[in-house]
Amino acid sequence: MIAGISIYEILTVTSILFFIGVYGFITRKNLISILMSVELILNSTVINFVIINKYLYPDMLQGVFFSIFIIAVAAAETALAIAIIINLYRQINSVEVKDTEIMKY
Amino acid sequence: MDISYTILIPLIPLAVFLLLGIFNQKIKPAVSGYIGVAGLSTSAALSFYTAYQYFFVHGKVDGTYQAIVQKVTWMNFTDTLHIDMGVLIDPISIMMLIVVSIVSLMVHIYSRGYMKGDDGYTRFFSFLSLFSFSMFGLVLATNLFQIYIFWELVGVSSFLLIGYYYTKPSAVSAAKKAFIVTRFADLGFLIGILIIGYYTGTFDFETLNNPEGSAILNWASTSFMGLSVITWALILMFMGGAGKSAMFPLHIWLPDAMEGPTPVSALIHAATMVVAGVYLVARLFPMFYFVEDGFALNIVAYVGAFSSLIAAIIAITQTDIKRVLAFSTMSQIGYMMLALGVSKYEGHDGLGYMASMFHLFTHAMFKALLFLAAGSVIHAVHSNYLKDMGGLRKYMPITNITFLIAALAIAGFPLTSGFFSKDEILVAAFENNMLIYISSVLVAGLTAFYMFRLYFGIFWGKETNYKHAPHESPISMTFPLMVLAFISLVGGFIPFSEYVSADRVGFEMHLNYPLAAVAVTVGLIGIALAWVFYKKENNLASKFANAFGVFYKWTYDKFYIDEVYLFVTKKIIFNLIAAPIAWFDKKVVDGTMEGIGNKTVVISKKIKGMQSGKVQDYALSFVAGVVILALVFIYLWTN
Repeated sequence: MIAGISIYEILTVTSILFFIGVYGFITRKNLISILMSVELILNSTVINFVIINKYLYPDMLQGVFFSIFIIAVAAAETALAIAIIINLYRQINSVEVKDTEIMKY
Repeated sequence: MDISYTILIPLIPLAVFLLLGIFNQKIKPAVSGYIGVAGLSTSAALSFYTAYQYFFVHGKVDGTYQAIVQKVTWMNFTDTLHIDMGVLIDPISIMMLIVVSIVSLMVHIYSRGYMKGDDGYTRFFSFLSLFSFSMFGLVLATNLFQIYIFWELVGVSSFLLIGYYYTKPSAVSAAKKAFIVTRFADLGFLIGILIIGYYTGTFDFETLNNPEGSAILNWASTSFMGLSVITWALILMFMGGAGKSAMFPLHIWLPDAMEGPTPVSALIHAATMVVAGVYLVARLFPMFYFVEDGFALNIVAYVGAFSSLIAAIIAITQTDIKRVLAFSTMSQIGYMMLALGVSKYEGHDGLGYMASMFHLFTHAMFKALLFLAAGSVIHAVHSNYLKDMGGLRKYMPITNITFLIAALAIAGFPLTSGFFSKDEILVAAFENNMLIYISSVLVAGLTAFYMFRLYFGIFWGKETNYKHAPHESPISMTFPLMVLAFISLVGGFIPFSEYVSADRVGFEMHLNYPLAAVAVTVGLIGIALAWVFYKKENNLASKFANAFGVFYKWTYDKFYIDEVYLFVTKKIIFNLIAAPIAWFDKKVVDGTMEGIGNKTVVISKKIKGMQSGKVQDYALSFVAGVVILALVFIYLWTN
């Protein structure tokens, strides 16, 4: 419980964060930026888990555990994605989305 | 009498055709020639055996030759209407078997010499076997549909053999012309068959031809445009026969068909296939005679007489020796047709029928001989044209004598085979139709004239300067000539009327001396004129041609019948019917279909654009979908 701040305000902030992430995922042309946007989405959900746990079920810990679990998975995912992007850069000297379209055909 | 073995007569050439056709490249030319000759010899031996069995042992019951039929039902439509496959043995089919097997065997033997060294030697023999198979099948057919099937098969083999030299454009177009013209005529044949099947309920020859049968007795039951439908059917079937037998005006393919190798011309376009039309009319003779008092038969008579006259006139002016022979064939087939046309049914009145079959037999022999001898000449001088020949009698004695025998036979010289058969035809015409008789006598004179013009032009006259001295052909080519010459000489002494007659009873024929004298005199005048014109080098002939002027030019150009056909097909049918239909097909039908296709391509390209392969685009649509669904649910919940 944080004095003076209700669950609604915090949920509003995380929603804004989530949609910033979605917007970035859709509009960015650079693979690194897209990855960052994905991290934003993940983080906003992590905050949601923690906040809901704290405000609605203060005597339980599942939400906190789950957020730690997500952070771990996100770290692994980022490492993997960065590895892919670096390999792609070695191949085509670019991390732009439009340059990866040759895979389509 | 068990006749099941006769099925082998057509099947052996079929087997030879398949053998030579499938192993075309593997068989050595020398071997393939022997295989062809051996197959045909077997068929010929069987034919002779059948003829002996039929005429002398089993055929005659109570003084009448029986038709012996063995068949299996092939396609069943109703209880009476079914298509059978089988063999029918009666006097005319036996007679045709003999003709086809003799001529085909001789042509096979001859071809071994004539086609020697040709690239397509094996192919040639396989086609010859295919033709022999089809012709035997046609002769033995038991019903209209079976005869139609083999009718088309001989048409195909004729097409293949005319176009044998397929690298020569003229041969290819001649083959196409022959096929299209005869196919056009066969359309009439097919419609006739269908009408017969619909109105009489049977295709079977024996049922149709029975003079007391329902098909003949009930001819008047249905009429169309003033004539019985059966008469229409017969006229249409005669159209098919006229196409095959090169009767005016469907004769235009026959002269062009001379592009084929000469043995082919002898076999198909002189002796066997072209008489299929005559055979068809003879086969259905009781129908032709009894239905509507022989209306259709009169058409046969006049078409035959007219064709024989016009062909004889054209033959005088042609310079290609094979074309002269082609027109001569047309003229002689016209003879057979008119003899059938003036014939009656019973006993001695059926003289015309007998005469027609008799002439078919003798003509097959001497015309095949003429073609083969002409082939021998062409083989020696490498040209078809009269101007390249002359004085050949010293170089080619056997060809000279055999050609002379054949020419005498066709001119009706006394005691040759042609004399007897032609005399019977003239008697039949004289007894029934004066106009046709006069025309036939005229044709007899013309025939003698153009045939001896040919003979003197080739073997006498001025000697051309030959590059290589011509020499007599090898024995494989002269042997068939001698055999056929022998038959042409003595064939007339066969008591033909005892065996072949319209009512199958048989009668004794006698020479009609006054009429024979007239015909012989006219023939001798023709020969004498030819002697004067062409025996020695002189300019009488060209003077005469100039005197006739325009008429000569017309005749030389075959009365412009080809041009009329071209005009009708190209200018009228092509421009007024075919071209608009082609336009409609191209623009409307094809346009619709192509439009549908093109639009599909355009739309699919648009759809393809949506599948960009970018995850971001998909995410956008996904988010948009989620937003829309969210809005919908919010709307639903709030109300």
